[in-house]
Parts: sequence; structure tokens; C-alpha cells
Amino acid sequence: METITSAPETPSAIQQQRLQFVLQLADTSLVLGHRLSEWCGHGPVLEQDIAMANIGLDFLGEARSYYQYAAELEGAGRTEDELAFLRAATEYRNPLLVEQPNGDFAATVLRQFLFDSYHLPFLEALRAGPDEKLAAIAEKSVKEAAYHRQWSAEWVIRLGDGTPESRRRLDGALRDFWRYTAELTTPAPAETALADLGLAPNLDDVRALQQAHIAEVFAEATLPLPASGVAQKGGKTGRHSEHLGYLLAELQYMQRAYPGLKW
Amino acid sequence: MTNTEWPLWEVFVRSKQGLDHKHVGSLHAADATMAIQNARDVYTRRLEGVSIWVVESTHVHASNPDDAAAFYDPAADKVYRHPTFFEVPISIKHM
Repeated sequence: METITSAPETPSAIQQQRLQFVLQLADTSLVLGHRLSEWCGHGPVLEQDIAMANIGLDFLGEARSYYQYAAELEGAGRTEDELAFLRAATEYRNPLLVEQPNGDFAATVLRQFLFDSYHLPFLEALRAGPDEKLAAIAEKSVKEAAYHRQWSAEWVIRLGDGTPESRRRLDGALRDFWRYTAELTTPAPAETALADLGLAPNLDDVRALQQAHIAEVFAEATLPLPASGVAQKGGKTGRHSEHLGYLLAELQYMQRAYPGLKW
Repeated sequence: MTNTEWPLWEVFVRSKQGLDHKHVGSLHAADATMAIQNARDVYTRRLEGVSIWVVESTHVHASNPDDAAAFYDPAADKVYRHPTFFEVPISIKHM
């Protein structure tokens, strides 16, 4: 299989799609990592405070690897920092789920669970793909994602099959977040084009694995599986909820206020 | 009023295969599964370990500090309990 490792002078259509795809992965990890970092110092107990910070840092590390690769694919001299800190909300390609506000602990746990149930099979497919750079990033991240999935599944079971209060909160989170689940495995135009060429994971396969995991954990958590319902989409093509703007305003503040600042 | 505090657990981490588990600290958790998960997050973030044991703190029975004099002081002048009086043949190294 063909492996493209460097960007040509004028990016071809396929090169452009690769860039969009890698940016989408980078934005997704950065935004979710940032959301988790917001818990730092606010966790319900010290141990979970540290757990969420750890997971957030895993996502930040994953995001950096993708941004570095995106910068290389783009070949326009932009750095990973410029891609992360100087793009507008409409240029961000993350799915809507990861930009949703933390809410209470149950909401954060459920958002994480829905994402992790997609993330692990996605990375496993990416690891087996022909793009060596992405395969290497996936190889490193897959172990982290396996732990994240264990952590979030454990908490969904505890809260779902816990006290009336924990169940009430988890039910509320499910009502809020379920509609964003389908977007994770709905391909953006770049993903469709690349998947047709075997250059990106087939999201139908990922969705089957995701749904199996969700069904298994929900059964143990005594949670009824929600009906498919209306799916909210748009993040992957740059149409975001209002929340992303506020998130980026905080995330990008330093580089916007003091361009080129280093520390 | 029910007690809503999670119980305390003692955490032991083995740093390498072949070495003993060492006590590294304690944490709160609802059960053993959560205790191991929490220990992973709190005590093995910097490559400290390859294995974790957790024991609920109430299961650890400790010696009484008031007994210290009777328990430990008598050993102070029993130097002959150390196996340092044997002559080791010169050809044996690393003893």
C-alpha cells in the first residue's frame, strides 16, 4: 500500500483531505482534553480529580502528535501551536460531543464514556491503517484509550446502578448527550473520501464495536438503551454549538493577547 | 444518618518484577476495584510500578506504640544476632 510521508509543493485534493482528517482528530483530542482539565482542583474527590487530569493530559499528548503531523502535511510553515491557538471556532473540526460543558460529575463521566466507546475501536482501526504516522500515534494512544474506557465504563456502572441520586444525574446526562453520539461515527466528507481509498478507518465498523460496548455497559448499569432519536451533527464540518467559542476564548487567550508568547 | 465517607485503603506498589511491593500511601475508595483504579491514577503516574496491592486500612493491625520499649529496645545490645562473625572465604565475592 502507498504511504505518503511528506507534503508535495501544491497540496492535491487527497492531501487536503488528509490534512482535514488529521486536524479533526487533533481538535477532538484538544477540546476534550481541555474540558477535562477544567476539573483540575474541582473534582468530587482527590483521587478522581487526579484521574480526570491524567486523562486530560493523555488527550493533550495525543492532540500534539496530530497537530505536529498536520503542520507537516500542510507544509505552510505553521506550527502545532499556531494550529491549536490561532484557528477560529468555525475552523475547528471536532464533533459536538467533546465541546459540551462538563456539567456535574455524572455528565462528564457519560460524555467520556460515549467518546471512549468510540475512541478505542477507532484507534485500533487507525493503528492497522496504511498511514505510518497515524498508526504510530494510534499505537501509543490505544493503551491510554483502553484505560480511559475502563475508567468511564466503571463509573457509568457505579452511577447507573448506584443510588437514586446518582441514577437521576446519569439519566439527565444521557438525555443531554445521547443526541451527540451518532456524529462520532458519521463520516465527514474527508473521512468518506479517505475511507474509500482505505486511508481512514471505516466508521461503520467502528460504530458496530461502539454500540456493542455501550450495550454491554448499559446492561450492567441497568440503564435502558435510548432510542436512536434525533442526532445533532455539524462539528466535524465546522458548525459548532455556542460552547466552543467560549472554550477557545479561554484556551487561546494567551496567544491571542500576547502573540508568539513562550514560556 | 448513614456514613457516606468511602473507606480508607492502604496502597502497595511493586516497582519492578522481582522486587517486593512497598507501602506508598493511602487513599479513599468505595471498593477494591475502585481502590486499584485510584491507586493507578494517584501512585503510578510517573512509572513507579508494575503491580498494585490494596488493603482496606481497617484490616491492618498495628503494634501499639506504648509497647515500643518492651518490643524493640531489647534488640539493641544483641549484636551477636547479626551474622557478621563468620569468616568468609576470599574466593566468595558479593557476600
